[in-house]
Amino acid sequence: MSRALALRNARLVDPVAGTVREGCLLARDGVIEVLGDLDHITLRSSDAVADVRRAVVAPGLVDLGAFAIDLPGFTAGGITRAALMPDQAPALDDAALIQRAAAAGKPDVWIHPIAAATARLEGRELAEIGLMKAAGACAVATGRARIADAGVMHRLLSYAAALDMLVITHAEDEGLTGAAVATEGETATRLGLAAAPAAAEAMAVARDLMLAEDTGARLHFRQVTTARAFELIRAAKARGVRVTCGITPAHLMLSDIAMTGFRTFARLSPPLRCEDDRRAAIEAVRDGTVDVICSGHDPRGPEAKRLPFADAAPGMAGAETLLALSLNLVRDEVIDLPRLFALVSTNPARLLGLPGGRLEVGAAADLVIVDADAPWKIDADRMAGAAGNTPFDGLPVQGKVLRTIKGGQPLG
Amino acid sequence: MSDGVHPFPHRHLTGIYGLQPHEILFLLDEAEQWVTLNRATAKHDERLFGLTQINAFFENSTRTLLSFEIAGKRLGMDVVNMAVAQSSVKKGETLIDTAVTLNAMRPDVIVIRHESSGASQLIAEKVDCPVLNAGDGRHEHPTQALLDALTIRRRRGRIENQVVAICGDVLHSRVARSNILCLTALNAEVRVVGPPTLLPRDIERMGVKVFTNLEDGIRDADVVMALRLQTERMHGGFIPSPREYHALYGLTPERIDRLAPGALVMHPGPMNRGVEITSALADDAVRSAITEQVEMGVAVRMACLDVLTRRRRKVEGWA
Repeated sequence: MSRALALRNARLVDPVAGTVREGCLLARDGVIEVLGDLDHITLRSSDAVADVRRAVVAPGLVDLGAFAIDLPGFTAGGITRAALMPDQAPALDDAALIQRAAAAGKPDVWIHPIAAATARLEGRELAEIGLMKAAGACAVATGRARIADAGVMHRLLSYAAALDMLVITHAEDEGLTGAAVATEGETATRLGLAAAPAAAEAMAVARDLMLAEDTGARLHFRQVTTARAFELIRAAKARGVRVTCGITPAHLMLSDIAMTGFRTFARLSPPLRCEDDRRAAIEAVRDGTVDVICSGHDPRGPEAKRLPFADAAPGMAGAETLLALSLNLVRDEVIDLPRLFALVSTNPARLLGLPGGRLEVGAAADLVIVDADAPWKIDADRMAGAAGNTPFDGLPVQGKVLRTIKGGQPLG
Repeated sequence: MSDGVHPFPHRHLTGIYGLQPHEILFLLDEAEQWVTLNRATAKHDERLFGLTQINAFFENSTRTLLSFEIAGKRLGMDVVNMAVAQSSVKKGETLIDTAVTLNAMRPDVIVIRHESSGASQLIAEKVDCPVLNAGDGRHEHPTQALLDALTIRRRRGRIENQVVAICGDVLHSRVARSNILCLTALNAEVRVVGPPTLLPRDIERMGVKVFTNLEDGIRDADVVMALRLQTERMHGGFIPSPREYHALYGLTPERIDRLAPGALVMHPGPMNRGVEITSALADDAVRSAITEQVEMGVAVRMACLDVLTRRRRKVEGWA
């Protein structure tokens, strides 16, 4: 028998049961062996025992849609599994590329590549998604943009439905967005930035909901950020469409005002929205319309960000701050702690068909230990990950990842 | 950005945004002496002798570049123009690398024009000398707003309570944004007038009234300012055609006579004659202030160059 890990004095968060209870956890051979009371368990001298002093112990985060393999960033953020977007160089549109990407993180963080929906992500010819599934792709995605041609999208959804693969898409109508780098509104107007109406998102959502309904496919909007798009998804869910959606903390906590001063770290895709849309996003988390909170992790160095706003690449480094920022939702009583872990762990794991996201005997011992109250300050210059392009630079937050555990082994 | 208790406590002039009304008025007052000098036979003042001015124009410009060059030379500066066609920007150098390179040549002032909104602010953060924004994308063109304000003040006697109608492509116009900020700061009543496809959303939050009908927009205005309509936006993109634009939004002597008799007519240039403004109106010596705007441009730019370099010249009270 291998060396075991025992965590005593923990607040155990079970997102499936929706409970937080005090107790202990014993992991052996990579799985959770005991939960609750360790009194009847005989530990051996070689076993590691830690008193976590009432820290939260929860399933490790499962990040639905990172753009880079950034192991230090993932570990610092408590992410034990990351679904990798196909927007790599080259695009993940071939089974061999999927296999290679899947091996990139082991054993520390498991990378689950997402197959490109179309060859080179160009939105024209379907990629070999069946072969990529066999090679380990956990889902199929359209990439940073949606598929413009409704006919191609329709065929993709029918084909993926037969393979029971989740289709992940981006919700922006390319005709409306054009070369826009911001949402229409006072901030974009004052800064003189090319801007698109927020309706570009709801229009894209409306089209793809129709197509998903028509094909019976499972459709996931990786990021939904506007009130009208949430309304459409809420209504579609109510009539039984197999649709889910996600969001990042940026769109829950920031509005377009964050672009003031041409801060390129606030250049995101989709762009930051108005305050009313931000509030609607919070409500969508509260009422369960939002299924997933993801990092959208997209580390970018100065060569991509130290540029005029419109020339800078969109995207933020989000892996390390995902949990701390999301904990604001718990403190603000939008959701409770188990629900938060459902959004960042259980739901994404279920949607992608991955193990993880569960705190129960027999489940993988992929865990995160969190001091949910520990205060710290986000510092773009001192990030563990590949780059510090966070729009939250300087923000005081609460909630620190103390340890990330993968297969019963502490990382970092 | 700011320090001290000078009448103009800013290191750079990247926009009208952030300037107090008294600071704007200070620059206008300073410009008056240069209007006088520029009308004299000998147009030279040596107070900036020995200083180096780099005009870094990443976007084509003839008029503004020339205006800044003349302004610098009349104050005795060594003026160097960096035209983008000859620069390494074409070879993939980033804007910040260019800024650092220019900075290493120890200029005393850098004048920058760039096609991207925010570019001048980005450069200002990276260099040691004052930066003067000569137009960044759709964002700001502060010296244009100052020269327009000076023109209005000289021709109408005051700016406060003047009704100024800014007409045309407001969406893509840095001139419009800087003018809105400048004129509203000085308590003018500002209107923007144009087809809805060329008006940015929420522009009314900048303190202006919005009109999509030209005749309503210019009615009883004291100043009517036309904006340039870029050729590439004339054909089906944002408006159906130049012909239709002229019919609906063109400024003509007849319209001005009927709706805003006595209004001062302005245009930042270069004009599309027969599109946003007719020749008869543009060349009207009484109503048109268009050539005077160009003249005020040199004076305002001299004032800005003088004021922004006072600290490094250790002018008494500014050091």
